[in-house]
Amino acid sequence: MSGWIRRAGSALVAAAMIGLPIVLSAQQPQSEFVPADTLPQEVLPATPLVFAAYAFVWLALVVYVFALWRRLGRVERELADVRAKLGPARS
Amino acid sequence: MQRVVVPALLVVAAVMFMWAPYRIDAAPYESTMGLVQKIFYFHVPSAMTAMLSAFVCGFASVFYLWRRNPKADHVALAAAELVVVFGLIVLVTGPLWARKAWGVWWQWEARLTITLVMWMIFVAYLLLRRFGGPGSEVMAAAVGIFGMALVPFVYWSVNVWRTLHPTTDVARTLPPEMAGPFWWSVFAFLVFYAGLLLVRVRLERARAALDDAYVLLEE
Repeated sequence: MSGWIRRAGSALVAAAMIGLPIVLSAQQPQSEFVPADTLPQEVLPATPLVFAAYAFVWLALVVYVFALWRRLGRVERELADVRAKLGPARS
Repeated sequence: MQRVVVPALLVVAAVMFMWAPYRIDAAPYESTMGLVQKIFYFHVPSAMTAMLSAFVCGFASVFYLWRRNPKADHVALAAAELVVVFGLIVLVTGPLWARKAWGVWWQWEARLTITLVMWMIFVAYLLLRRFGGPGSEVMAAAVGIFGMALVPFVYWSVNVWRTLHPTTDVARTLPPEMAGPFWWSVFAFLVFYAGLLLVRVRLERARAALDDAYVLLEE
């Protein structure tokens, strides 16, 4: 019985020794941004990611504005045509 | 009136967007993330605009269900489309930032998952309006309200659940040299959003007038 308790105790201590560093090293969410004077050493280059992000934003907005303008122009032209067929009294 | 307001809003937004890269470039690097944190200056304003648009869609949907006012329906539909546009920007720029900051493109954590679900709800709204047939605007209004109800969960998810995503305190605690370009971008996005919303509502009003005109033509 005491051997069983000793083994269980050892297992608990071992689990704590393995688990505690994992829990402590878990990444905490950032709650503030601190400015730095120099750029830290980069492993994965950030420039393509930043460039891609900004390019996508500009492209998405330009494409949407262009599509919206085309849709609006088409509908307003069609509306003007139908109103012209209706005549001034009924439109 | 709208013929003056819309171009004015779009011109102001265009000037602000053109100046934004200079302000963002002048902002200091963040100490742990470095250059990639600069995505923040367009990512967060897009998210704020998408959430605002979800609120506009939700409130307009409530008003439509209450009064059956077609103008409210036009606003709801226009706002839903803009949630999808700005939400897409958030969902694309976020992973580009995460790839460098977290080492992964995507994490199934609370903020990202709820944002994706909210975006899909508004995509469902648009699909419902496109293929739902007559009467779909009532069901779509309910979907719009459900989408709006997710906004507080998106916003507070980072404070309530354990997540890798920066908390909502980040924007409030920004140092002045980062806060300047950030709020500049936020204002640019909001002005641009107001202009787009007015144009999109005008399109919906023109479509409704066209439908009425065709009915008159057939009679």
